[in-house]
Amino acid sequence: MNKTVNQKAWFFVTPVLILVAFNAIIPLMTVVNYSVQETFGDNTFFWAGVLWFQEVLNSSRFHEAMGRQLLFTFSILAIEIPLGVIIALAMPRKGPWVSVCLVLMAMPLLIPWNVVGAMWNIFALPDIGLLGRTLNELGFDYNFTRQIGDAWFTLLLMDVWHWTSLVVLLAYAGLVSIPDAYYQAAKIDGASNWSIFRFIQLPKMKRVLTIAILLRFMDSFNIYTEPFVLTGGGPGNSTTLLSIDLVKIALGQFDLGPAAAMSLVYFLIILLLSWVFYTLMMRDEEQ
Amino acid sequence: MIRRRSLIPIIYIIFLMLPIYWLVNMSFKTTNEILGTFSLFPLEFTLENYKTIFTDSTWYLGYANSLLYVMINTALSVCVALPAAYAFSRYRFLGDKHLFFWLLTNRMAPAAVFALPFFQLYSSVGLFDTHVAVALAHTLFNIPLAVWILEGFMSGVPKQLDETAYVDGYSFQAFFVKIFIPTIASGIGVAAFFCFMFSWVELLLAKTLTAVVAKPIAATMTRTASTSGYELGLLAAAGTLTIIPGAFVIYFVRNYIAKGFALGRV
Repeated sequence: MNKTVNQKAWFFVTPVLILVAFNAIIPLMTVVNYSVQETFGDNTFFWAGVLWFQEVLNSSRFHEAMGRQLLFTFSILAIEIPLGVIIALAMPRKGPWVSVCLVLMAMPLLIPWNVVGAMWNIFALPDIGLLGRTLNELGFDYNFTRQIGDAWFTLLLMDVWHWTSLVVLLAYAGLVSIPDAYYQAAKIDGASNWSIFRFIQLPKMKRVLTIAILLRFMDSFNIYTEPFVLTGGGPGNSTTLLSIDLVKIALGQFDLGPAAAMSLVYFLIILLLSWVFYTLMMRDEEQ
Repeated sequence: MIRRRSLIPIIYIIFLMLPIYWLVNMSFKTTNEILGTFSLFPLEFTLENYKTIFTDSTWYLGYANSLLYVMINTALSVCVALPAAYAFSRYRFLGDKHLFFWLLTNRMAPAAVFALPFFQLYSSVGLFDTHVAVALAHTLFNIPLAVWILEGFMSGVPKQLDETAYVDGYSFQAFFVKIFIPTIASGIGVAAFFCFMFSWVELLLAKTLTAVVAKPIAATMTRTASTSGYELGLLAAAGTLTIIPGAFVIYFVRNYIAKGFALGRV
Protein backbone atom coordinates (compact mmCIF):
# COMPACT_ATOMS: atom_id res chain seq x y z
CA MET A 1 0.00 0.00 0.00
CA ASN A 2 1.31 3.47 -0.82
CA LYS A 3 1.50 5.41 2.42
CA THR A 4 1.39 9.16 2.73
CA VAL A 5 4.09 10.97 4.66
CA ASN A 6 2.56 12.45 7.80
CA GLN A 7 4.70 13.37 10.78
CA LYS A 8 1.62 13.88 12.95
CA ALA A 9 1.32 10.10 13.02
CA TRP A 10 3.75 10.32 15.93
CA PHE A 11 0.83 11.41 18.12
CA PHE A 12 -0.85 8.08 17.43
CA VAL A 13 2.15 6.08 18.55
CA THR A 14 2.95 8.18 21.63
CA PRO A 15 0.83 6.17 24.15
CA VAL A 16 2.46 2.94 23.01
CA LEU A 17 5.85 4.56 23.15
CA ILE A 18 5.38 5.79 26.73
CA LEU A 19 4.10 2.49 28.08
CA VAL A 20 6.65 0.29 26.37
CA ALA A 21 9.50 2.68 27.17
CA PHE A 22 8.58 2.62 30.86
CA ASN A 23 8.74 -1.17 30.82
CA ALA A 24 11.69 -1.57 28.51
CA ILE A 25 14.13 1.29 28.87
CA ILE A 26 14.24 1.70 32.67
CA PRO A 27 14.79 -2.02 33.37
CA LEU A 28 17.28 -2.27 30.52
CA MET A 29 19.25 0.68 31.92
CA THR A 30 19.20 -1.02 35.33
CA VAL A 31 20.73 -4.09 33.73
CA VAL A 32 23.35 -2.04 31.90
CA ASN A 33 24.13 -0.29 35.18
CA TYR A 34 24.70 -3.54 37.05
CA SER A 35 26.73 -5.02 34.25
CA VAL A 36 29.55 -2.50 34.68
CA GLN A 37 29.65 -2.37 38.48
CA GLU A 38 30.80 -4.46 41.39
CA THR A 39 28.86 -4.65 44.65
CA PHE A 40 29.38 -6.33 47.99
CA GLY A 41 25.69 -6.39 48.79
CA ASP A 42 25.47 -3.26 50.96
CA ASN A 43 24.17 -1.02 48.18
CA THR A 44 27.59 0.44 47.46
CA PHE A 45 28.77 0.00 43.91
CA PHE A 46 32.20 0.24 42.31
CA TRP A 47 33.04 0.69 38.66
CA ALA A 48 34.05 -2.65 37.20
CA GLY A 49 34.30 -1.79 33.49
CA VAL A 50 34.06 -4.73 31.16
CA LEU A 51 35.14 -7.22 33.83
CA TRP A 52 31.82 -9.07 33.95
CA PHE A 53 31.57 -9.23 30.18
CA GLN A 54 35.03 -10.78 30.00
CA GLU A 55 34.12 -13.21 32.73
CA VAL A 56 30.84 -14.26 31.07
CA LEU A 57 32.27 -14.58 27.58
CA ASN A 58 35.15 -16.71 28.85
CA SER A 59 33.23 -18.87 31.30
CA SER A 60 32.69 -22.46 30.31
CA ARG A 61 29.37 -22.43 32.18
CA PHE A 62 28.01 -19.82 29.77
CA HIS A 63 29.40 -21.64 26.74
CA GLU A 64 27.78 -24.88 27.83
CA ALA A 65 24.40 -23.25 28.52
CA MET A 66 24.61 -21.54 25.13
CA GLY A 67 25.48 -24.82 23.44
CA ARG A 68 22.51 -26.55 25.03
CA GLN A 69 20.30 -23.62 24.06
CA LEU A 70 21.37 -23.76 20.41
CA LEU A 71 20.92 -27.53 20.32
CA PHE A 72 17.44 -27.18 21.78
CA THR A 73 16.35 -24.35 19.48
CA PHE A 74 17.60 -25.94 16.27
CA SER A 75 16.22 -29.36 17.20
CA ILE A 76 12.72 -28.06 17.80
CA LEU A 77 12.83 -25.91 14.64
CA ALA A 78 13.94 -28.95 12.61
CA ILE A 79 11.07 -31.04 14.01
CA GLU A 80 8.24 -28.55 14.37
CA ILE A 81 8.42 -26.71 11.05
CA PRO A 82 8.25 -29.76 8.71
CA LEU A 83 5.80 -31.55 11.00
CA GLY A 84 3.55 -28.51 11.15
CA VAL A 85 3.54 -28.18 7.36
CA ILE A 86 2.70 -31.89 6.91
CA ILE A 87 -0.21 -31.67 9.34
CA ALA A 88 -1.50 -28.44 7.77
CA LEU A 89 -1.42 -30.06 4.30
CA ALA A 90 -3.48 -33.00 5.57
CA MET A 91 -6.12 -30.86 7.27
CA PRO A 92 -9.57 -30.47 5.73
CA ARG A 93 -10.10 -27.11 3.95
CA LYS A 94 -13.87 -26.89 4.29
CA GLY A 95 -16.67 -28.31 6.35
CA PRO A 96 -17.55 -28.64 10.03
CA TRP A 97 -14.33 -30.46 10.93
CA VAL A 98 -12.19 -27.38 10.28
CA SER A 99 -13.36 -25.58 13.44
CA VAL A 100 -13.08 -28.75 15.51
CA CYS A 101 -9.51 -29.32 14.35
CA LEU A 102 -8.47 -25.71 14.91
CA VAL A 103 -9.98 -25.44 18.38
CA LEU A 104 -8.48 -28.76 19.55
CA MET A 105 -5.10 -27.96 18.07
CA ALA A 106 -4.96 -24.53 19.67
CA MET A 107 -5.60 -25.99 23.14
CA PRO A 108 -1.96 -26.50 24.18
CA LEU A 109 -1.15 -22.89 23.31
CA LEU A 110 -3.50 -21.56 25.99
CA ILE A 111 -2.35 -23.63 28.92
CA PRO A 112 -0.19 -21.70 31.42
CA TRP A 113 3.43 -22.65 30.93
CA ASN A 114 4.03 -24.02 34.36
CA VAL A 115 0.91 -26.17 34.01
CA VAL A 116 2.41 -27.50 30.76
CA GLY A 117 5.55 -28.42 32.69
CA ALA A 118 3.63 -29.96 35.58
CA MET A 119 1.34 -31.84 33.19
CA TRP A 120 4.28 -33.36 31.34
CA ASN A 121 6.01 -34.16 34.58
CA ILE A 122 2.97 -36.17 35.71
CA PHE A 123 2.55 -37.66 32.23
CA ALA A 124 6.18 -38.79 31.97
CA LEU A 125 6.86 -40.04 35.50
CA PRO A 126 8.24 -43.57 35.11
CA ASP A 127 6.02 -45.12 37.81
CA ILE A 128 2.68 -43.28 37.66
CA GLY A 129 2.76 -41.39 34.34
CA LEU A 130 1.09 -42.72 31.22
CA LEU A 131 4.09 -42.10 28.96
CA GLY A 132 6.77 -43.24 31.40
CA ARG A 133 4.88 -46.33 32.47
CA THR A 134 4.06 -47.32 28.89
CA LEU A 135 7.67 -46.94 27.75
CA ASN A 136 8.90 -49.01 30.69
CA GLU A 137 6.28 -51.70 30.08
CA LEU A 138 7.47 -51.86 26.47
CA GLY A 139 10.95 -52.66 27.73
CA PHE A 140 12.67 -49.28 27.49
CA ASP A 141 14.64 -48.20 30.51
CA TYR A 142 13.04 -44.77 30.66
CA ASN A 143 13.54 -42.32 33.53
CA PHE A 144 13.71 -38.63 32.65
CA THR A 145 14.80 -37.54 36.12
CA ARG A 146 17.92 -39.72 36.05
CA GLN A 147 19.05 -40.16 32.47
CA ILE A 148 20.24 -37.27 30.32
CA GLY A 149 19.01 -38.74 27.03
CA ASP A 150 15.55 -39.36 28.42
CA ALA A 151 15.40 -35.85 29.87
CA TRP A 152 16.19 -34.36 26.48
CA PHE A 153 13.72 -36.65 24.74
CA THR A 154 10.96 -35.57 27.14
CA LEU A 155 11.91 -31.91 26.85
CA LEU A 156 11.82 -31.98 23.03
CA LEU A 157 8.60 -34.00 22.97
CA MET A 158 7.00 -31.51 25.36
CA ASP A 159 7.97 -28.58 23.17
CA VAL A 160 6.72 -30.35 20.05
CA TRP A 161 3.46 -31.00 21.87
CA HIS A 162 3.22 -27.43 23.06
CA TRP A 163 4.15 -25.45 19.95
CA THR A 164 3.74 -27.49 16.74
CA SER A 165 0.14 -26.26 16.59
CA LEU A 166 1.41 -22.71 16.12
CA VAL A 167 3.22 -23.80 12.94
CA VAL A 168 0.15 -25.79 11.83
CA LEU A 169 -2.16 -22.79 12.27
CA LEU A 170 0.21 -20.47 10.41
CA ALA A 171 0.81 -22.88 7.53
CA TYR A 172 -2.92 -23.59 7.36
CA ALA A 173 -3.70 -19.87 7.12
CA GLY A 174 -1.30 -19.70 4.17
CA LEU A 175 -2.88 -22.71 2.48
CA VAL A 176 -6.51 -21.56 2.69
CA SER A 177 -5.55 -18.27 1.02
CA ILE A 178 -4.73 -20.13 -2.23
CA PRO A 179 -7.62 -19.71 -4.72
CA ASP A 180 -9.18 -22.90 -6.13
CA ALA A 181 -8.32 -21.74 -9.64
CA TYR A 182 -4.63 -22.45 -8.96
CA TYR A 183 -5.38 -26.09 -8.20
CA GLN A 184 -7.63 -26.42 -11.24
CA ALA A 185 -4.92 -25.02 -13.47
CA ALA A 186 -2.42 -27.43 -11.96
CA LYS A 187 -4.80 -30.32 -12.58
CA ILE A 188 -5.21 -29.36 -16.24
CA ASP A 189 -1.43 -29.22 -16.59
CA GLY A 190 -1.24 -32.68 -15.02
CA ALA A 191 1.00 -31.53 -12.19
CA SER A 192 2.07 -34.11 -9.60
CA ASN A 193 1.34 -33.67 -5.88
CA TRP A 194 4.97 -32.80 -5.36
CA SER A 195 5.00 -30.05 -7.98
CA ILE A 196 1.72 -28.63 -6.61
CA PHE A 197 3.44 -28.45 -3.24
CA ARG A 198 6.71 -27.10 -4.59
CA PHE A 199 5.36 -24.47 -7.00
CA ILE A 200 1.96 -23.47 -5.57
CA GLN A 201 1.65 -24.26 -1.88
CA LEU A 202 5.20 -23.64 -0.67
CA PRO A 203 5.54 -20.16 -2.27
CA LYS A 204 2.16 -19.19 -0.78
CA MET A 205 3.27 -20.36 2.65
CA LYS A 206 6.64 -18.65 2.50
CA ARG A 207 5.63 -15.53 4.38
CA VAL A 208 3.70 -17.28 7.15
CA LEU A 209 6.49 -19.81 7.55
CA THR A 210 8.96 -16.96 8.03
CA ILE A 211 6.71 -15.67 10.82
CA ALA A 212 6.55 -19.20 12.24
CA ILE A 213 10.33 -19.56 12.27
CA LEU A 214 10.76 -16.08 13.75
CA LEU A 215 8.25 -16.71 16.55
CA ARG A 216 9.49 -20.20 17.33
CA PHE A 217 13.09 -19.03 17.32
CA MET A 218 12.45 -16.14 19.73
CA ASP A 219 10.21 -18.10 22.05
CA SER A 220 12.39 -21.19 22.22
CA PHE A 221 15.41 -19.03 22.96
CA ASN A 222 13.51 -17.43 25.84
CA ILE A 223 12.03 -20.66 27.20
CA TYR A 224 12.15 -20.86 30.97
CA THR A 225 9.09 -22.10 32.83
CA GLU A 226 8.34 -25.39 31.08
CA PRO A 227 11.81 -26.99 31.35
CA PHE A 228 12.23 -25.53 34.83
CA VAL A 229 9.07 -27.23 36.06
CA LEU A 230 9.67 -30.43 34.08
CA THR A 231 13.29 -31.17 34.90
CA GLY A 232 14.52 -28.22 36.98
CA GLY A 233 17.50 -28.07 34.63
CA GLY A 234 18.66 -31.55 35.56
CA PRO A 235 19.78 -34.24 35.79
CA GLY A 236 22.92 -32.35 36.76
CA ASN A 237 23.03 -29.36 34.44
CA SER A 238 22.08 -31.33 31.35
CA THR A 239 18.89 -29.39 30.54
CA THR A 240 19.90 -26.02 32.02
CA LEU A 241 19.06 -23.71 29.14
CA LEU A 242 20.14 -20.06 29.04
CA SER A 243 17.16 -18.54 30.87
CA ILE A 244 17.30 -21.13 33.64
CA ASP A 245 21.00 -20.47 34.16
CA LEU A 246 20.39 -16.72 34.15
CA VAL A 247 17.65 -16.88 36.79
CA LYS A 248 19.86 -19.17 38.89
CA ILE A 249 22.66 -16.59 38.85
CA ALA A 250 20.47 -13.48 39.24
CA LEU A 251 17.77 -14.52 41.71
CA GLY A 252 19.40 -17.59 43.22
CA GLN A 253 22.95 -16.43 43.90
CA PHE A 254 22.20 -12.70 43.57
CA ASP A 255 25.37 -12.19 41.50
CA LEU A 256 24.01 -9.05 39.89
CA GLY A 257 27.05 -8.08 37.83
CA PRO A 258 27.65 -11.36 36.00
CA ALA A 259 23.89 -11.93 35.63
CA ALA A 260 23.44 -8.50 34.07
CA ALA A 261 26.37 -8.96 31.71
CA MET A 262 25.01 -12.36 30.72
CA SER A 263 21.53 -10.85 30.17
CA LEU A 264 22.94 -8.29 27.77
CA VAL A 265 24.98 -10.79 25.78
CA TYR A 266 21.95 -13.09 25.64
CA PHE A 267 19.62 -10.29 24.57
CA LEU A 268 22.04 -9.06 21.89
CA ILE A 269 22.27 -12.53 20.34
CA ILE A 270 18.48 -12.80 20.15
CA LEU A 271 18.28 -9.29 18.77
CA LEU A 272 20.84 -9.94 16.06
CA LEU A 273 19.29 -13.18 14.83
CA SER A 274 15.77 -11.75 14.99
CA TRP A 275 16.88 -8.72 13.01
CA VAL A 276 18.10 -11.04 10.25
CA PHE A 277 14.74 -12.84 10.13
CA TYR A 278 12.81 -9.56 10.31
CA THR A 279 14.76 -8.01 7.45
CA LEU A 280 14.13 -11.07 5.32
CA MET A 281 10.43 -10.91 6.10
CA MET A 282 10.08 -7.20 5.36
CA ARG A 283 11.97 -7.58 2.09
CA ASP A 284 9.39 -10.17 1.00
CA GLU A 285 6.58 -7.86 1.97
CA GLU A 286 7.89 -5.03 -0.16
CA GLN A 287 8.16 -7.15 -3.28
CA MET B 1 -15.44 -43.35 5.33
CA ILE B 2 -12.18 -41.93 6.59
CA ARG B 3 -9.66 -40.99 3.95
CA ARG B 4 -6.09 -41.97 4.65
CA ARG B 5 -4.99 -38.34 4.57
CA SER B 6 -7.20 -37.35 7.49
CA LEU B 7 -5.39 -39.89 9.67
CA ILE B 8 -2.53 -37.44 10.17
CA PRO B 9 -4.60 -34.72 11.91
CA ILE B 10 -6.46 -37.38 13.90
CA ILE B 11 -3.25 -38.94 15.20
CA TYR B 12 -1.84 -35.52 15.97
CA ILE B 13 -4.96 -34.49 17.92
CA ILE B 14 -4.86 -37.75 19.90
CA PHE B 15 -1.22 -37.00 20.75
CA LEU B 16 -2.25 -33.53 21.92
CA MET B 17 -5.08 -34.83 24.04
CA LEU B 18 -3.18 -37.61 25.85
CA PRO B 19 -1.30 -35.48 28.43
CA ILE B 20 -4.43 -33.36 28.98
CA TYR B 21 -6.46 -36.52 29.52
CA TRP B 22 -3.89 -37.77 32.02
CA LEU B 23 -4.10 -34.51 33.96
CA VAL B 24 -7.92 -34.59 34.07
CA ASN B 25 -7.82 -38.28 34.99
CA MET B 26 -5.53 -37.56 37.95
CA SER B 27 -7.65 -34.66 39.14
CA PHE B 28 -10.48 -37.09 39.91
CA LYS B 29 -8.28 -39.50 41.84
CA THR B 30 -7.32 -39.51 45.50
CA THR B 31 -3.64 -39.01 46.32
CA ASN B 32 -3.43 -42.59 47.58
CA GLU B 33 -4.77 -43.96 44.36
CA ILE B 34 -2.37 -41.87 42.27
CA LEU B 35 0.65 -43.10 44.17
CA GLY B 36 -0.59 -46.64 44.80
CA THR B 37 -2.15 -47.93 41.59
CA PHE B 38 -1.80 -47.32 37.88
CA SER B 39 -5.10 -47.05 36.04
CA LEU B 40 -6.31 -45.38 32.89
CA PHE B 41 -9.39 -43.98 34.62
CA PRO B 42 -10.25 -43.12 38.24
CA LEU B 43 -11.23 -46.24 40.23
CA GLU B 44 -12.51 -44.29 43.24
CA PHE B 45 -14.00 -41.25 41.53
CA THR B 46 -13.63 -38.22 43.82
CA LEU B 47 -14.46 -34.53 43.58
CA GLU B 48 -12.52 -33.81 46.77
CA ASN B 49 -9.69 -32.00 44.92
CA TYR B 50 -12.07 -29.59 43.23
CA LYS B 51 -13.94 -29.07 46.48
CA THR B 52 -10.69 -28.01 48.17
CA ILE B 53 -10.01 -25.46 45.45
CA PHE B 54 -13.48 -23.93 45.52
CA THR B 55 -13.61 -23.66 49.31
CA ASP B 56 -10.05 -22.48 50.06
CA SER B 57 -9.71 -18.76 49.41
CA THR B 58 -5.97 -18.90 48.56
CA TRP B 59 -6.94 -21.13 45.65
CA TYR B 60 -10.03 -19.48 44.22
CA LEU B 61 -8.69 -15.97 44.78
CA GLY B 62 -5.71 -17.04 42.70
CA TYR B 63 -8.06 -17.52 39.76
CA ALA B 64 -9.71 -14.17 40.38
CA ASN B 65 -6.30 -12.46 40.54
CA SER B 66 -5.12 -14.03 37.30
CA LEU B 67 -8.32 -13.17 35.45
CA LEU B 68 -8.28 -9.62 36.77
CA TYR B 69 -4.77 -8.70 35.66
CA VAL B 70 -5.23 -10.51 32.35
CA MET B 71 -8.33 -8.44 31.62
CA ILE B 72 -6.71 -5.13 32.62
CA ASN B 73 -3.76 -5.98 30.42
CA THR B 74 -5.91 -6.96 27.43
CA ALA B 75 -8.02 -3.79 27.59
CA LEU B 76 -4.99 -1.55 28.01
CA SER B 77 -2.90 -3.21 25.29
CA VAL B 78 -5.64 -3.14 22.66
CA CYS B 79 -6.68 0.46 23.41
CA VAL B 80 -3.19 1.93 23.00
CA ALA B 81 -2.28 -0.38 20.13
CA LEU B 82 -5.24 0.70 17.95
CA PRO B 83 -4.08 4.24 17.07
CA ALA B 84 -0.44 3.11 16.80
CA ALA B 85 -1.32 0.30 14.40
CA TYR B 86 -3.36 2.76 12.35
CA ALA B 87 -0.37 5.08 12.10
CA PHE B 88 1.95 2.26 11.01
CA SER B 89 -0.51 0.94 8.42
CA ARG B 90 -1.47 4.30 6.86
CA TYR B 91 1.36 6.77 7.24
CA ARG B 92 5.04 7.07 6.68
CA PHE B 93 6.82 9.14 9.32
CA LEU B 94 10.29 9.84 10.57
CA GLY B 95 11.76 6.68 12.10
CA ASP B 96 8.67 4.54 11.57
CA LYS B 97 10.53 1.38 10.58
CA HIS B 98 13.02 1.70 13.43
CA LEU B 99 10.21 2.26 15.89
CA PHE B 100 8.37 -0.81 14.63
CA PHE B 101 11.45 -2.97 14.99
CA TRP B 102 12.20 -1.53 18.42
CA LEU B 103 8.68 -2.50 19.51
CA LEU B 104 9.27 -6.00 18.20
CA THR B 105 12.52 -6.33 20.13
CA ASN B 106 10.48 -6.15 23.30
CA ARG B 107 8.46 -9.11 22.13
CA MET B 108 11.79 -10.93 21.81
CA ALA B 109 13.18 -9.90 25.19
CA PRO B 110 13.65 -12.87 27.50
CA ALA B 111 11.44 -12.46 30.58
CA ALA B 112 14.32 -13.84 32.65
CA VAL B 113 16.37 -10.73 31.81
CA PHE B 114 13.63 -8.45 33.10
CA ALA B 115 12.59 -10.33 36.23
CA LEU B 116 14.93 -8.61 38.68
CA PRO B 117 14.83 -5.05 37.24
CA PHE B 118 11.03 -5.27 37.09
CA PHE B 119 10.90 -6.25 40.72
CA GLN B 120 13.00 -3.20 41.62
CA LEU B 121 11.16 -0.83 39.30
CA TYR B 122 7.67 -1.75 40.49
CA SER B 123 8.75 -1.79 44.13
CA SER B 124 10.18 1.70 43.82
CA VAL B 125 6.97 3.14 42.34
CA GLY B 126 4.92 1.39 45.02
CA LEU B 127 3.05 -0.98 42.71
CA PHE B 128 4.57 -4.22 43.95
CA ASP B 129 1.97 -6.93 44.60
CA THR B 130 -0.85 -5.18 42.75
CA HIS B 131 -2.82 -6.39 39.75
CA VAL B 132 -1.89 -3.22 37.89
CA ALA B 133 1.82 -4.06 38.19
CA VAL B 134 1.42 -7.42 36.46
CA ALA B 135 -0.92 -5.93 33.86
CA LEU B 136 1.61 -3.17 33.10
CA ALA B 137 4.55 -5.56 33.04
CA HIS B 138 2.79 -7.80 30.54
CA THR B 139 2.22 -4.86 28.19
CA LEU B 140 5.96 -5.14 27.47
CA PHE B 141 5.33 -8.05 25.11
CA ASN B 142 1.57 -7.70 24.52
CA ILE B 143 1.54 -4.15 23.11
CA PRO B 144 4.12 -4.97 20.41
CA LEU B 145 2.17 -8.10 19.53
CA ALA B 146 -1.17 -6.24 19.41
CA VAL B 147 0.36 -3.53 17.21
CA TRP B 148 1.83 -6.20 14.93
CA ILE B 149 -1.48 -8.08 14.57
CA LEU B 150 -3.67 -4.99 14.16
CA GLU B 151 -1.29 -3.47 11.64
CA GLY B 152 -1.58 -6.66 9.58
CA PHE B 153 -5.38 -6.55 9.63
CA MET B 154 -5.52 -2.79 8.96
CA SER B 155 -3.21 -3.07 5.97
CA GLY B 156 -5.77 -5.43 4.48
CA VAL B 157 -8.40 -2.64 4.52
CA PRO B 158 -8.10 -0.53 1.34
CA LYS B 159 -7.25 3.11 1.85
CA GLN B 160 -10.21 4.10 -0.32
CA LEU B 161 -12.42 3.41 2.70
CA ASP B 162 -10.75 6.28 4.61
CA GLU B 163 -10.87 8.62 1.63
CA THR B 164 -14.54 7.92 0.85
CA ALA B 165 -15.48 8.62 4.46
CA TYR B 166 -13.72 12.00 4.39
CA VAL B 167 -15.47 12.89 1.13
CA ASP B 168 -18.75 11.98 2.83
CA GLY B 169 -17.96 14.57 5.49
CA TYR B 170 -16.84 12.41 8.37
CA SER B 171 -14.31 13.87 10.76
CA PHE B 172 -11.32 11.67 11.58
CA GLN B 173 -12.64 10.73 15.02
CA ALA B 174 -16.10 9.89 13.69
CA PHE B 175 -14.61 7.83 10.87
CA PHE B 176 -12.31 5.92 13.22
CA VAL B 177 -14.98 5.07 15.77
CA LYS B 178 -18.03 4.57 13.53
CA ILE B 179 -16.52 3.05 10.40
CA PHE B 180 -12.96 1.87 10.86
CA ILE B 181 -13.27 0.03 14.18
CA PRO B 182 -16.34 -1.98 13.08
CA THR B 183 -14.51 -2.85 9.83
CA ILE B 184 -11.58 -4.42 11.63
CA ALA B 185 -13.64 -5.86 14.49
CA SER B 186 -12.36 -9.37 13.78
CA GLY B 187 -8.79 -8.10 13.97
CA ILE B 188 -9.49 -6.47 17.33
CA GLY B 189 -11.00 -9.74 18.55
CA VAL B 190 -7.91 -11.62 17.46
CA ALA B 191 -5.55 -9.11 19.05
CA ALA B 192 -7.50 -9.25 22.31
CA PHE B 193 -7.36 -13.05 22.16
CA PHE B 194 -3.57 -13.01 21.84
CA CYS B 195 -3.13 -10.50 24.66
CA PHE B 196 -5.34 -12.65 26.83
CA MET B 197 -3.42 -15.75 25.86
CA PHE B 198 0.10 -14.47 26.54
CA SER B 199 -0.87 -12.75 29.76
CA TRP B 200 -2.66 -15.89 30.93
CA VAL B 201 0.19 -18.29 30.22
CA GLU B 202 3.08 -16.13 31.45
CA LEU B 203 4.25 -16.88 34.95
CA LEU B 204 7.81 -15.75 35.59
CA LEU B 205 7.02 -12.01 35.68
CA ALA B 206 3.63 -12.48 37.33
CA LYS B 207 5.25 -14.49 40.09
CA THR B 208 8.13 -12.06 40.56
CA LEU B 209 5.82 -9.05 40.88
CA THR B 210 3.35 -10.47 43.38
CA ALA B 211 3.47 -11.80 46.92
CA VAL B 212 0.05 -12.21 48.53
CA VAL B 213 -2.66 -9.84 47.35
CA ALA B 214 -2.34 -10.31 43.60
CA LYS B 215 -0.82 -13.80 43.53
CA PRO B 216 -1.75 -15.60 40.30
CA ILE B 217 -3.20 -19.10 40.32
CA ALA B 218 -0.19 -20.57 38.58
CA ALA B 219 2.10 -19.34 41.37
CA THR B 220 -0.23 -20.76 44.02
CA MET B 221 0.18 -24.09 42.28
CA THR B 222 3.97 -24.06 42.39
CA ARG B 223 4.01 -23.22 46.08
CA THR B 224 1.52 -25.91 47.02
CA ALA B 225 3.42 -28.50 45.06
CA SER B 226 6.63 -27.77 46.92
CA THR B 227 5.50 -27.03 50.49
CA SER B 228 2.75 -29.46 51.37
CA GLY B 229 4.46 -32.54 50.04
CA TYR B 230 3.34 -33.63 46.63
CA GLU B 231 -0.41 -33.33 46.43
CA LEU B 232 -0.68 -34.48 42.86
CA GLY B 233 -4.45 -34.72 42.78
CA LEU B 234 -4.87 -31.14 43.92
CA LEU B 235 -2.19 -29.96 41.51
CA ALA B 236 -3.93 -31.79 38.65
CA ALA B 237 -7.32 -30.30 39.55
CA ALA B 238 -5.87 -26.78 39.67
CA GLY B 239 -4.12 -27.39 36.35
CA THR B 240 -7.33 -28.65 34.75
CA LEU B 241 -9.15 -25.52 35.87
CA THR B 242 -6.51 -23.28 34.25
CA ILE B 243 -7.23 -24.90 30.88
CA ILE B 244 -10.91 -23.92 30.93
CA PRO B 245 -10.67 -20.12 30.37
CA GLY B 246 -8.32 -20.76 27.43
CA ALA B 247 -10.67 -23.28 25.83
CA PHE B 248 -13.51 -20.81 26.34
CA VAL B 249 -11.81 -17.92 24.53
CA ILE B 250 -10.58 -20.12 21.68
CA TYR B 251 -14.19 -21.00 20.97
CA PHE B 252 -15.05 -17.33 20.39
CA VAL B 253 -12.29 -16.69 17.88
CA ARG B 254 -12.36 -20.11 16.19
CA ASN B 255 -13.18 -18.69 12.75
CA TYR B 256 -10.35 -16.16 12.81
CA ILE B 257 -7.80 -18.17 14.69
CA ALA B 258 -5.76 -19.28 11.68
CA LYS B 259 -5.62 -15.80 10.21
CA GLY B 260 -4.85 -14.39 13.63
CA PHE B 261 -1.81 -16.58 14.11
CA ALA B 262 -0.60 -15.35 10.75
CA LEU B 263 -0.89 -11.81 12.21
CA GLY B 264 -3.38 -10.92 9.50
CA ARG B 265 -0.63 -11.28 6.90
CA VAL B 266 -1.87 -13.99 4.59
